[in-house]
Amino acid sequence: MTAATPAAPRATEAAGQISWPLVGFCLAGLGWWALTTWPPLAAFARLPGPVEVFTEWVSPDPIYGISLFVPDYWLHIGYSLTRAWIAFGLACLLGIPLGIVMGWHGATRDYAGALIAVLRPVPPLAWVPLAILLLPGNEWAVIFVTFLVAFFATVVNTVMGVDSIDRDYFRAARCLGASRWAVLRDVVLPGALPAIFTGLQIAMGAAWFSLAAGEMIAAQYGLGYLIWDSYNLIQYPTIVIGMGTLGLLGYLSSALIRQVGRHLMAWRAQSMGAAV
Amino acid sequence: MQAASLTDGSARSSALARARRLSLGRAQWRGAIAIVAFVALWQAGAATGLIGGGNLASPWESFLVFLRDYAGDAAYWQGWLISIQRVVLGFVVAQVLGVPLGILFGTSRRFRRLVFPVFELLRPIPPLAWVPLSILFWPTTESSIVFITMLGAFFIIVINVFDGVRSVPEAYVWQARSLGAKPWTIVRRIYLPALLPAIAAGMTLGITVTWNVLIAAEMIASDAGLGRLTWEGYVSGASAVVIVGMVSIGVAGALSSALIVWLERRLTPWAEDERRRRGGSR
Amino acid sequence: MNAPATDTAVTGRGAVFIDGVSKTYGSGPGAVEALSACTLAIEPGQFVAIVGPSGCGKSTLINILAGFDQPTDGSIRIDGRVVARPGDPPRPGPDRLVVFQHGALFPWMTVLDNVAYGPSRQGRLSRAEARREASALLQRLGLSPLADRYPAQISSGGQRRVEIARALMNDPAVLILDEPFRAMDSLTKQRMHATVLEMHALIPKTVLFVTHDLDEALLLSDRVVVMTTRPGRIKLDVAVDLPRPRGVEVAAGEAFLALKRRTHEAVYEEARRAFEAGERELA
Repeated sequence: MTAATPAAPRATEAAGQISWPLVGFCLAGLGWWALTTWPPLAAFARLPGPVEVFTEWVSPDPIYGISLFVPDYWLHIGYSLTRAWIAFGLACLLGIPLGIVMGWHGATRDYAGALIAVLRPVPPLAWVPLAILLLPGNEWAVIFVTFLVAFFATVVNTVMGVDSIDRDYFRAARCLGASRWAVLRDVVLPGALPAIFTGLQIAMGAAWFSLAAGEMIAAQYGLGYLIWDSYNLIQYPTIVIGMGTLGLLGYLSSALIRQVGRHLMAWRAQSMGAAV
Repeated sequence: MQAASLTDGSARSSALARARRLSLGRAQWRGAIAIVAFVALWQAGAATGLIGGGNLASPWESFLVFLRDYAGDAAYWQGWLISIQRVVLGFVVAQVLGVPLGILFGTSRRFRRLVFPVFELLRPIPPLAWVPLSILFWPTTESSIVFITMLGAFFIIVINVFDGVRSVPEAYVWQARSLGAKPWTIVRRIYLPALLPAIAAGMTLGITVTWNVLIAAEMIASDAGLGRLTWEGYVSGASAVVIVGMVSIGVAGALSSALIVWLERRLTPWAEDERRRRGGSR
Repeated sequence: MNAPATDTAVTGRGAVFIDGVSKTYGSGPGAVEALSACTLAIEPGQFVAIVGPSGCGKSTLINILAGFDQPTDGSIRIDGRVVARPGDPPRPGPDRLVVFQHGALFPWMTVLDNVAYGPSRQGRLSRAEARREASALLQRLGLSPLADRYPAQISSGGQRRVEIARALMNDPAVLILDEPFRAMDSLTKQRMHATVLEMHALIPKTVLFVTHDLDEALLLSDRVVVMTTRPGRIKLDVAVDLPRPRGVEVAAGEAFLALKRRTHEAVYEEARRAFEAGERELA
């Protein structure tokens, strides 16, 4: 057992963990404020300052109509969240099984892999025009494009996950009498799970990236739309509110996935018990 | 005598490796079949109107449009040039800013604790969300687009370099310090060479994102380039033009990715096994 | 515990006959011959060590026996039943279980579930029954404290012992240990040697133990088979008549050293040949 660390140094250590980031944020905030209040270049004068943005965000009666207290704000959030999670959910539903089959079955891997290799390099936003032309309504076009990005990321990482499973696990399972299905259930799924979850986090990030762009181009409502609309209506502080909210939602979504992963893969805790 | 035995053994080993490798030909055939089937389905669906109800141009149509209106059009190829220029510029600037930042994060605990949280706060914001601010701030459309393009790759590169620095064995650094090396020398002689694989990996991941961001930015805010071409096709309801645009972008993106991968291999040939283990890209 | 001293001898179970097994990879001028006409007859309950330099094909032989690969020529019979033959698709099974070099305990299952895996997957026992029996086996082998831990939470020595237990749980005709202690430090290795000797005394089985370490082979086995470097052939077959039950202290005794003297030169010669040919471990 390790010796208990004395209380006093521990406290300062913990305080250090809180205060440094805080100092960092304060400095960044101060820098932003300084640059916009005393702009060294004309360009900075056009940007909204932190005070403006913050007061707008928490104001019950905002100048430009969007704040924590305005229902429209939450409407936009709702639209973006729903689109992101629908697209992400579909990507999981379709991508994980496909990835597993691809990792498992050589022929599928060759066929599907070639298609993915050809389609993947096309940037998500380049799909938007085609999606709008072909799908019923802009809403589905935006969701589709978001789905596509998340789908590719999920499939690729799932295949990598299956690939990463040590061959010996398969051999051991077969020796022990597992049927093909049992191997799928007992070896492939749990073995690929870590990589799958990494892929899901990446897919989530990619989904938000694509969603923001899609909303800016082609949607009504949503945070991307809000940002672009605010720009057109010369409501600059709202731009930053939209950006910040997007970032926050993206981060929380990824964190949620990470937590679920941690829970499902409790066996990964690499702690050594007493040596036996 | 020794030399002969060594070559004997290594020849045998590689023969064994060759013999044991799965027949690659089969994988390529299947891939080709899949692609041909896809194009055929697309052709049939578009021509009969089953897919897209008449709105979708068939591959053949798109190809003809390409030959007729774009292959010989200087403006089209200029669009390539413009897009590629932007990607290269954005990418290079992202490297120039990102690598030192990553190194700083990895080497200076104080700097990391101070600045990294701010960095992590900004990272989840999609690069495209920066477009309006970028337009407000930068004097020209060109510079605002390059800025956005740079953002995409920037965060990836910083994270990769940061990871790379963290994995440099501390023993190397201690040894250098005990030999009296100054911090700058340590960075130059120990970190940078050890970082090449991480930088290369960041580049490979970053190029795809850079293209994605560029195209999006062009569609939203530019008047030239391949993204713009695609957008104009959409605005005028010409799906053939949209497809020409998409294919052009896809090819350009794939080419630049291939270039970067080639560069990665040239820069760090010793990391080949690691790369194979890492597998495909994100 | 009063397990019969040699229950395999009584039932005659676990006789392995490797008959002229050859393995060539590829064909034509690029073909590589990994094994060449290996013949080996193993009696039930015998502990046989196969020693050879890296790349000599001992792992290839094991893979064929275990059912991960098929021979190009020759056959392998266990208790008269053919388990490997050219043209037969390789089929592994619980009658000849392998303990792998880097360990193949399923990291996402507890020790108990790992050990219970075989019988429940084969449908021989219900899951609850399998767990009960696994628990009993773990207790018999002194591994009960580990039952509810995950593999990542126990030491590598513990992991290897659990893996052996998992194999024994299925009452295999043959137990195959493929360089199981190769990646361990020497102190852990000594502990594992003691464990293997104890386990073999408690639950005797036919064991095929692959290693490149001659000392380990002499200490643990009844018979040491030395293989040549590629193409693998049986070079030397020495009976190890050190008495059982054995303890690790045997390694310091005169009889042990005499055996070592007889076998050492043969092993070293092959090691030198392999080194000069620049072989790498392939199988």
